[in-house]
Amino acid sequence: MAYFQVDSLVKYFGGLAAVNGVSFEVGQGEIFGLIGPNGSGKTTTFNMISGYHRPTSGRVLFQGREIHQLPTHKICHLGIGRTFQVVKPLGRMTVLDNVIAAAYSRTSSHHKAKEEALKVIDFCGLMPVKDVLAKALPIAGRKRLEITRAMATRPELLLLDETAAGLNPSELVEAIDLIRKIRANGTTIVIIEHIMHVIMTISDRIHAINFGQTIAEGTPSEVAANQAVIEAYLGTDYA
Amino acid sequence: MKKSLTPLVFVALLAGLPLIMKDNYYLHLMILFLMWVVIGSAWNLIAGYTGQVSFGDAAFFGCGAYTAGLLATHLGVSTWWGLALGGFTAIAVGLPFGWICFRMRGAYFALATLALNEVLRHGATIAEDFTGGMVGILIMPSFMSKIPYYYIALALAVASLASLQWVVRSKPGYYFVSIREDQDAAESLGVNTHLYKMLSLAYAAFWTGMAGALYMNYMGFIDPNVVFSLHDISIMAILVGIVGGVGTVYGPAVGAFVMVAVQELFRSGFFGLFKWLGAVSGSASLVKVAEVLTQAHVLGFGLLVVVVILVLPNGIVGDWPKIRKRVFRLGAGA
Amino acid sequence: MDVFLQTLVAGILKGGLYALIGIGMTLIMGVMGIINLAHGQLMMLAMYVTYILNTMGVDPYFSLFVAMPLLFLLGVAIQKFLLNPLIKADTILPENQVLMTVGIGMVLTEVVRFIFSSDYKYITTTYSNQTFFLGNISFSMALVIAFWIAIAFTVAMFFFLVKTDLGRSIRATAQDKDAATLMGVNTGRITVITFGLGSGLVAAAGCLLAPVYYIFPDLGGPFTAKAFIITILGGLGSTVGAIFGGVTLGLAESMGATYFGMEYEDIIGLTIFVLVLLFLPGGFKRLTKI
Repeated sequence: MAYFQVDSLVKYFGGLAAVNGVSFEVGQGEIFGLIGPNGSGKTTTFNMISGYHRPTSGRVLFQGREIHQLPTHKICHLGIGRTFQVVKPLGRMTVLDNVIAAAYSRTSSHHKAKEEALKVIDFCGLMPVKDVLAKALPIAGRKRLEITRAMATRPELLLLDETAAGLNPSELVEAIDLIRKIRANGTTIVIIEHIMHVIMTISDRIHAINFGQTIAEGTPSEVAANQAVIEAYLGTDYA
Repeated sequence: MKKSLTPLVFVALLAGLPLIMKDNYYLHLMILFLMWVVIGSAWNLIAGYTGQVSFGDAAFFGCGAYTAGLLATHLGVSTWWGLALGGFTAIAVGLPFGWICFRMRGAYFALATLALNEVLRHGATIAEDFTGGMVGILIMPSFMSKIPYYYIALALAVASLASLQWVVRSKPGYYFVSIREDQDAAESLGVNTHLYKMLSLAYAAFWTGMAGALYMNYMGFIDPNVVFSLHDISIMAILVGIVGGVGTVYGPAVGAFVMVAVQELFRSGFFGLFKWLGAVSGSASLVKVAEVLTQAHVLGFGLLVVVVILVLPNGIVGDWPKIRKRVFRLGAGA
Repeated sequence: MDVFLQTLVAGILKGGLYALIGIGMTLIMGVMGIINLAHGQLMMLAMYVTYILNTMGVDPYFSLFVAMPLLFLLGVAIQKFLLNPLIKADTILPENQVLMTVGIGMVLTEVVRFIFSSDYKYITTTYSNQTFFLGNISFSMALVIAFWIAIAFTVAMFFFLVKTDLGRSIRATAQDKDAATLMGVNTGRITVITFGLGSGLVAAAGCLLAPVYYIFPDLGGPFTAKAFIITILGGLGSTVGAIFGGVTLGLAESMGATYFGMEYEDIIGLTIFVLVLLFLPGGFKRLTKI
């Protein structure tokens, strides 16, 4: 039984197949990368995993249990957290309040939620801005807030959707460090990323898709050398 | 847990008011004000905090009022039972109401609540055998003096504000605001958004229903066009919230005071000021102005809505920094 | 059987007029996502304009040429000065715009009440009470004329939106305002024009309705409600949908009045509204996230 498994996922929007038969398995403690050109179906796959879309067909299994019919909030309670490609800060709440709201998923006590929130904020390095309104944060801060919030729900599996996009080089280094730290802390990670440097560096294994279908899977170096992958990304440099 | 003493001071002042203010006219206005504090705060939770802007709160008000009234006409019991039960019947109506309306978001949700409000209004009119239809319900008020009603209204207002204060700082409070800010994000954080939207609606329905029951007891007469009124109840509730400031605990209380005062101001021609001025100065045109103001009070109200939305979109409490700056500048420049 | 046919005819004829009321709103809602709770009040204004002109001896059908431009300009002014500023304001509740239209509706109603009082006014023309018969079924002349004029307007609107540059700009703005701006469409101007157009169209409905209905300040509310039902039934931004919605509502009201009773007229419409909001999936799912 795989720790986390996506089995023949298909998603049709009207007549268009956004995802057309994607399957992969993720082992516990792995950092598993998902790459593909724009529009290849990566975020749709995430949306199916986290319950925002129902698959047209196929299954998602977490620790042996089928989760693709469950509502999003239940999936969160089961231990799967996610960040969004287009960040969704709770704008008119402070960073601290954002994370407290997330921490409430594991407790009903304000005191405990706040305690947990502060711990996670510290872990993710947002202490200096904890009382700033989320909408006042620059993009790097917002991306980090996405991760921090998700971490406050104590996920066993974390889905990261393009958390590195829009960051400058030094911010990128910090982001990579944080992701590694999260894995070291015991969370399995599936990461969608466009910036090759990031995903090639931190992933244990990578799965490449194009037009909603798998085109390659393997270690970073194997995938980087794969002909189909190179063709799909013709012209893309490393960031 | 620092709590400002200002609210307590206000409550004390309000409690002592009937001792110094004996005029029934002003007592009446205060009772209306307190009632609107309850309704406005309830709307504030579902709209200001949870972000679901309901245009149909009259549905709950009417439910509470009719519960009280129908208990009297059909079961022969005191309408005061309506105060205990009105909130719950409103919730009972609110649940299917919410189930229907929450399938939509934003402006469509608003429209759906408006439509349901109207369905209830027409329904109450048509179901003559049950509700008395257009004839309405008339009961004998329990008290001759306004003072007991005043204290009951005050108790209701204080209770509703205290409960709002408590909710806002609790887990549901956080969840409500997260739904407002980004419903999808909230879901990903484990918030059962459907459940919490219903909870916020139930809360709003409860308190608004209680206010309706109080209204039945106090005014002694209701009919579908009064208690299910779109403009006089639903829209007024929104105005109270918006003028005072949504998303703040005390905003609607401020809004309630302002709206009741302004409404009365127009209706009475600035409390008879113009008429008095006209009589004193002998100026016929001033008396005419007074007449015009009285006749056009709804017009004035409408204009007020337009102006407030343009100028103070976040309400008095919400835009307080903006107001202070303006007033400061006026003072400094003068 | 005759009763049924008569009801059918009455419903369809009424439906044509309703379609005209609905088109204005579907345009406004479809293009700008603006819920205009003053729509019926704008129509009411047009009816009073028709009334005034009638007292001066002008035929209601001629008033079309006066009321429509007048209301067009009013609509433009409302959008430009009262609604556009709201789009930029940063508030917690985006529904301020809806509330603003409520305020506008109130002001319009009260101003009219102030000038004309709440008395019912009537316009009688030579054809107001004229009917002609096809077999046993009577057709109200005024309604038949209104029906055909309404259809003409609807068709004209359809071609306008599809064939002209301005029409295409409007549709572009409706689909994606930012994309339209990037393609050189002056979306600020488009929203203003669209509101004007919507107002002009509902004004036409008012002129056509005036000969067969009574005129009073408070008729705005019920007609705004009808406009919504039609819009939601037919689908936002769809002119053909407005016809469909209008006729459906006309038929439902007709059937309801004949077979249930006059007092059920309004509640039938509202019930349809709620049912449609609930059960009409697909196209409306996309729109529920406005």
